[in-house]
Amino acid sequence: MQDAWIPLALSLKVAGWATVLDIVFGVAVALALARWRSSARDIVDALLTLPLVMPPTVLGYYLLVLLGRRGPIGAWLDTLGIRLVFTWEGAVIAAMIAAFPLVLKSARSAFESVDPQLEQAARTLGMGETALFFRVTLPLAVRGIVAGALLAFARALGEFGATLMIAGNLPGRTQTLSIAVYSAVQAGDDHTANFLVLVTSVVSVVVLLVAGRLLPQHSLLTSR
Amino acid sequence: MNLRVSAVRHPVRTIALYMSVAAALSVQSAAARADELVVSAAASLTNAFRAIATAFEKVHPNTKVVLNFGASDTLLQQIVNGAPADVFASADEKAMDNAVTAKAVLPGSRRNFAMNSLVMIVPADSHLTVQSLRAALAQPEVKHVALGNPAWVPAGRYAKAALQHEGAWSIVEPKAVLASNVRESLDYVARGEADAGFVFGTDAAIMPKAVKIAATVPTQTPVLYPIALVQGSAHAADAGAFTEFVLSRSGQAILAKYGFQPPQH
Repeated sequence: MQDAWIPLALSLKVAGWATVLDIVFGVAVALALARWRSSARDIVDALLTLPLVMPPTVLGYYLLVLLGRRGPIGAWLDTLGIRLVFTWEGAVIAAMIAAFPLVLKSARSAFESVDPQLEQAARTLGMGETALFFRVTLPLAVRGIVAGALLAFARALGEFGATLMIAGNLPGRTQTLSIAVYSAVQAGDDHTANFLVLVTSVVSVVVLLVAGRLLPQHSLLTSR
Repeated sequence: MNLRVSAVRHPVRTIALYMSVAAALSVQSAAARADELVVSAAASLTNAFRAIATAFEKVHPNTKVVLNFGASDTLLQQIVNGAPADVFASADEKAMDNAVTAKAVLPGSRRNFAMNSLVMIVPADSHLTVQSLRAALAQPEVKHVALGNPAWVPAGRYAKAALQHEGAWSIVEPKAVLASNVRESLDYVARGEADAGFVFGTDAAIMPKAVKIAATVPTQTPVLYPIALVQGSAHAADAGAFTEFVLSRSGQAILAKYGFQPPQH
């Protein structure tokens, strides 16, 4: 039974890294999209939202083909001694891409709902653009970003299809909670499956409760 | 009343409506008339059973064979949990033993229909030399070894037992990439992601350009494929005809074409 803690710890590590990377890239891209005035904006937005609607197996196949040892990116990484297939870092990439649209969408709408007059007022008071972003725009948008990040964390925690394809099923190394559940069910080991499913459910409820506590007014996560 | 009025007013439209309804109904009844026979077969049988199904449908035009491939234990779990399968063909006797124990199949209908070999494969461009399995797999450039998860994939079970017998399991275990079925381990080696892998001889033969056989691995038990009728099948007669076809001369000829050997009795 202590075996369940290894996949749980791995899942938390993978989802944590994926969420941190999603926040960094998601906020940057969301800001760019919110400010960019071009008709190509919607196309870029749609492309970046694809992981939300694409089957995870399609995403996993893209990743395997691109990041595999014989893929264009994977071959280059291989010369640097970096292997992503069958590693927990590969699982982070899969979870990160799968969850990215959730941060992007939330952050973009958060930035777009910031009142431009407030930013204009700060500028007239002599604030520089960098300070403006960190002291006016970001604080006004932070609630939406955090909401997106929590959803992304939950999504990353549940990632299965793409992760299985790129990171494989290596017990103790890439076997996350969802893959451990899959393995237990395939093997007909209902005892372990029941326990893992219970752990997963409890963790998911805790994530949603924490999200609700942090964001009492956010409609995406709570009914209030 | 209204219908009659409109039929008089728009005779062409009404006839077109009747015809399309009739067409839709006839399509549906044709689909219902053809019996659908669900055959759950081990992943290693994918190519051979597709050909067998096509040949069977030619002889039995009223039966449509629906094939469901996967690791043998995966298929068994589906059947135990009520999947509407009619025939079960597994890649080892253990999966079928479990099916009998779980009362998922009719024990009297069980027959062995094919035999296979276990091979160690490497990517086609690999320079790995194999004097002994132990020495080859212990080499540091062998970082990942793909094999079916022994907990539910027969090819993995045969591989684990053979490696344990050779005293090489402790070398392979930390390098093992556990695949969900035998074809997944084949794919990992073909892509060069795994440096070596264990599959059936018939699997390796599918990708002669991507993988090469480094060694034929002697197995502890012969690689026998049993087939049986699923308990409570709604298409028992068709299911029986299908298993008979697999065991018939034409069925055996198709299996031989894909590299399977006849079972030894």
